[in-house]
Order: sequence, then structure tokens, then C-alpha cells
Amino acid sequence: MIKSSRATGLFLQGAVTAGVIYLGYLLFLNTQANLEARNIASGFGFFSTEAGLPISNTLLPYTPADTYGYAFFIGVVNTLYVAILGIFAATTIGVLIGVSRVSGNWLIAKLAGIYVETLRNIPLLLTLFFSYGVTIASLPSPRNSIHPFFGCFLNNRGLYLPKPIFQEGFGLVMTAFVLSLVIVFVLSRWADRYHDRTGVSIPVGWIGVMVLFGLPAIVLFTTGVPVRWEGAVLQGFNFSGGMVLRPEFTALMIGLVLYTAAFIGENVRSGIQAVDIGQLEAAQSFGVGNGVIMRRIILPQALRIIIPATTNDYTSLVKNSSLAVAIGYPDMVSVGGTIIGQNDQAIEIIGLWMAVYLAINLLISSLMNLINSRIQLKEGSE
Amino acid sequence: MSVLTSGNQGDLLVFQPKPDLPPPLQSVGIIGWMRVNLFKGWIHTVLTFAACLLLYKTIPPLLSWAIFDAVWVGGAAACPAGAEGACWPFIVDKFRVLMVGLYPREYLWRPILSLAIFIVLSLLSAMRMLSTRKLVSLWIVLPVFLFWLVNGGMGLAPVDQSLWGGLMLSMGLALVGILVSLPMGVCLALGRRSGFAVIKALCIGIIEPVRGVPLITILFMASVMMPLFLPVGMEVNNLLRVQAGIILFSAAYMAEVVRGGLQGIPRGQYDAAKSIGLNYWKTTFLVILPQALRHVVPSLIGRCIALFKDTSLVIIVGLLDFLGMIKASAQDPEWLGHDAEAYVFCALIYWIICFGMSRYGRSLEELREKEAE
Repeated sequence: MIKSSRATGLFLQGAVTAGVIYLGYLLFLNTQANLEARNIASGFGFFSTEAGLPISNTLLPYTPADTYGYAFFIGVVNTLYVAILGIFAATTIGVLIGVSRVSGNWLIAKLAGIYVETLRNIPLLLTLFFSYGVTIASLPSPRNSIHPFFGCFLNNRGLYLPKPIFQEGFGLVMTAFVLSLVIVFVLSRWADRYHDRTGVSIPVGWIGVMVLFGLPAIVLFTTGVPVRWEGAVLQGFNFSGGMVLRPEFTALMIGLVLYTAAFIGENVRSGIQAVDIGQLEAAQSFGVGNGVIMRRIILPQALRIIIPATTNDYTSLVKNSSLAVAIGYPDMVSVGGTIIGQNDQAIEIIGLWMAVYLAINLLISSLMNLINSRIQLKEGSE
Repeated sequence: MSVLTSGNQGDLLVFQPKPDLPPPLQSVGIIGWMRVNLFKGWIHTVLTFAACLLLYKTIPPLLSWAIFDAVWVGGAAACPAGAEGACWPFIVDKFRVLMVGLYPREYLWRPILSLAIFIVLSLLSAMRMLSTRKLVSLWIVLPVFLFWLVNGGMGLAPVDQSLWGGLMLSMGLALVGILVSLPMGVCLALGRRSGFAVIKALCIGIIEPVRGVPLITILFMASVMMPLFLPVGMEVNNLLRVQAGIILFSAAYMAEVVRGGLQGIPRGQYDAAKSIGLNYWKTTFLVILPQALRHVVPSLIGRCIALFKDTSLVIIVGLLDFLGMIKASAQDPEWLGHDAEAYVFCALIYWIICFGMSRYGRSLEELREKEAE
């Protein structure tokens, strides 16, 4: 009986394997015939030929004379740029929203609730169109820019900011900054151990902030502020110089960050609410201060629920950044789509897209799992 | 005045409590509520005032734009360019296009009847008026029947699929996507937990790559790459290809939701089923799946909401769904400059549908929690 069922299993698996291989073979034949019939080349040979496609909004220097491979790489860099900035911004706003939702302040909690329910129930693409087509389009022309302070101009061509130009001696400031990071790290490790040994806690937070900002500031001023700010200047109909955030980039960031922040806010809320109310009451009955309760009792337990859920939201933020194509920000999908339009080599480009997204998401989930494994309850070992 | 006064029993002193004083005025009623919920300590007071300022800065202009200064009747001429208020006749004028796309006017009763049938069946399901068996078979028949009704053929005048659009297309893509991807997702989830290594690897090999990439790349694949995979000369129209892409995408996510439910079934259920001699299929379909699916209904509703929102991406591969029609209408030269009205209307419709579904999901969850107690 057991033997026969094992034989059935083996037969079944063999049949499935054969079926999959046959299907793959059929697809391969079809594809080859189709590519020939339509005169489409295959392989990545085109990557080393001249692209000739213009890309605005590049982080790295790029001209249409560069190769297709480099153009695609520019797209990948833009995707990564949006993803990294977006994750940090969405986390900041998301945590604020989540904490506001459980706030004792009725008005703040309600407003945060309205924010979450509105953003979560509307497609991200609509939010993007809205922020691109309505908010940014309603900004004034360069001549009538909104000009809140020196070198900052907001108009329908983008947000212009003064660009820092580092001069000799700025290296010292950076060194001081790195040094202060090391000091804070060592200090916090020592303070933790000191706290474990004696029960006396040291206000690492305040000292850390002072060291982190103070030390570089002292060096900055003793070296005579080796930074020059180059503001944008109106020339004719447009600005030149300075640093510019293009409307496509700004709209994409606004949409992605607001949308993802709503989801992260929900994770934070459910994480905090999942902590047993008895924990809070016990801490309060000991007379522990509100800040310490949040930092030492509620958050460490809430994070165990927040982090796995938020990992998912980070990966969806990366995937959602592909909507850039709809508003014309040249991310990987947008650049790749243009390449497909030029040479029809869809299989190669789509394959590359998938590979890059899978790689980014794998990276995010392994990083987050690392954090998660440090935070999860260690049963039996302590 | 002493609280201890002489009672009836000679020298015995009996404690006679005085009636409670009323609570101080500041701690009851609306003032007390505000002191606790709005002005508790200076931080909350500052926050409350900041929130009030925010509301004051946003709500009145919004109301005057949307209601008081808005134009409600008339044609394109009634909305001067650069007007202060919204121009709602624009939405009225475009309403048919937004709902059904270019669907011929004389056959409009067909999408309307479809919507009515869909709503009736949804209400019947939500209120549990029919047995599960009847519901399941109705939901299986429904998309086929609605497709026939909208598409025509077999006695009805055919309507070309390139004329479909608007909210009808969005809902159709989502409905078919959900109904087809759910059984596929169940199969993938069962396959992923299968003891056969090849089947398990195959299912993981489908689920994980699909979940790891954006829907846009799947849609591009369906729209641009799939024609290359088909035998030479065989043509499948774009709508059907995109629908296939949506189904594949949704199935991978459904599979993970169902897997979550399967993992929640205690081992004892399998053991019990085995001990009364049920084979794998009977165990799965009579014992395990009914329980697992019941557990994940709220998550499945969450997936439905997500999929309905995601169908808006088909605009990128050239289909004019609800959002696509909104965008196209906003570019109509006769009604230029009304993007805001179009997007606000679109957001409102999406919001009502998605919020309604999420409320329904939450009510199911609460019902379950009550049953569990």
C-alpha cells in the first residue's frame, strides 16, 4: 500500500516535470518563431549600442550618446533613490500617524484616522495623478515663484534649493561627524552596561544629540564655515544653478510617501494596541514616567508586531515606485518601457526588471529579518 | 458637625454618611470631556490648537470650492476659466463615459442590469440569505452570465470590447480577477504545502516571483511579452491578456492568504480526518479547507480591496478603465482645466466602494470575535 502510493507520487511528479519541460519547450519554440516573424533581435547585444534617448532627472551624469545599458542603469539608480528616500520618509510620517491614532488627544486621533482611511481606500495611481496634475500644476510659473527664503523657489518646474558647494577644510567637519557617531555608539553601549550593573540610567539621548550636533558644529565654525551656498537664479524664463527637485520626482515622492505612511501608521497603531493594557498599568503603578513607559515597555513589545508587517510595506513601496512610469519620472520601468518601444526586445527588459525588483526585495526582507530576529522575544535564553 | 450621631439604640454611635457632593463642574459634561480629551497638559493643548488651525485653513476653502462657489448646472459655458469654485456639470456631462466608456447608448440597459444583478447577489451573500452551496454556484455562474450580457452574442447584439471602459471595466476586471484567482490561489497554496517536492517547487516558483515584482511588470508582460509566447498567428486581444495578468498576480497573493489559513489549522484535525479513513482529497475539501477559508475571509476581503485599487494600473497598458476615463475626460478640449473635479469624483467613488468593503470585512471579524467568546 505504502509502496504503491509512493510509486503513484513518483509517477505524478515525473509527469508534472515532463509537462513543465514540454510547456517550456513549446513556449521557447513559439517565441523563437514569433521573434523571427517580427524581426526582433534577441540577447543583450543592444546594451552596448548608443541609446539616443533623453532622460531628465538623472542622479549621475548622462547624455543620449551613452549606451542602452547605461541608460537602464540610470533607471535602476533612480528606482533605488526613490525607494531609499521613500522608505525613510514614509517611516517617519507613518510612525507619527500611528502614534497620533492612539493619542489621548481626541482631535489628533480622529484626524490621523481620517488620514489613514482616506489614503488607504484610494488607488495610489490616483493620488499620484492628483499630486502631479493638480497640486503641482497649480503652482505658479517660474517668474512668479513662491520664494519663502534665500535661494528657495517653488514653481511648476520644480522646487529649487540652494546647492552647497564644499570647500577645502570640509573634510574635517565630516571627520568630526563620523567621530561623533562613533562616540555616541560607544557611549550608548557603555551606558547600557552601566545601567545593567548599577541601575542608574544616563540620559544618552540628550548627550548623544549634543555630541552629534555639537562636535561637527564646533569644527565647522573653527574652520570658518567652509561651505558656500549657490542659490538658483532666474535667467529668462527659467532658473539656473542651485539644486532642483523636479515636479515628477516631487509628485512621486509625495504620493508614495503619503500612501505608504498610511499603511505603516496602521501597523504602528495595531502594534501599540496589541501590547497588553496590564503592562501599561503595571508600569504606571510603579510610577514610571510616560516617556520611559513608551520607550522601555510599550515600544519594544509593539515592535515585534510592527516590524514584520512593515517589511511588507517597504517591499510594496519599492514595487509601487514603478508607478513612476505613469507620471514620467525616469525610473527603471519608465526607461525600460522606452527601450521596449524602440527595439521591441520585451523579454530581455522585462526579465531584467523582475530580476532587479526581486533582488531589491530580497535585500530588504533579509535586512528586516536581521532586525526582527534581534527584537523578537528570546525564549529560554535569558 | 459630627458625622457620628446617636442612633436609636441608646449609646451606640452609628455612622451616617452625608450624600456625595456633585462632581466639580469642570470634570463633567462637555467641559470635563474637553479637559480630558483635548486640553490635558500643555502639549495636548498646543496640539489641539494646531489641529484646529489646520482645520480652519483647509476646511472652509475646500467647502467653498466644492459647494458654495461651485457651479452646479449648465454646460461648459457656465464654468468660466479660472473660476473659484468647482464645475460639477463637467462630471454630469461625462458621467456616462466615466461609468461605461464608449459603450453604445442603445444597449446601456445591459451594463445597468449587470450592475443590479451584481448588487443583488452581493447583498444576498452579505446577509446570508442563501445556502453556501447555492451562493458558490451563483458566484461561479455570475461572471459568465454578466460577460454574455455585456459582450453580447447568442441572441444579443455584440458590443466590441474596445468600446468597454470606465467603472464598468474596472469592476469587471476586479470581479473576474477575484473569482478566478481564488480557486487558483487555493490550488497554489495546497501545492505549496504538498509533500511532493516537484509540485511544491513549482508552486513556490510561481508564487514568489509574482509576489516579488510590481503589477506593472506583470501587465507589461501580459501586454507586450505574451503575444510572443503564443503560437504564430494566434491572437488574443489586449483586454483578455491584461485580465490574465491580473488573475496571475492576484492568484499568487490569494495563495499566501490561503496558506496562512491552512497553517492555522491544528494538527489534530488532520489526524482526526485520517483516523476516520478520509483520503487526502476528502480531508482537504471536507475538513481543512472549509475551516481555513472561514478563518481568512477578512484577509480575502482585504485582497479584494487591493485588487480593485490595483486594476487602475491597466491605464499604463492602454486600457481606459475608470481612472483612465477620468484622465481622458480631463483632457477634453471642451472642458479644460477641470482635473481637480475629475480626480475628486474618482477618489470619492473609489473611496465609497473600498471603505464599504473594508467595513464589511471588519464587521465579519467582529462577528467572529463575538462567536469565539
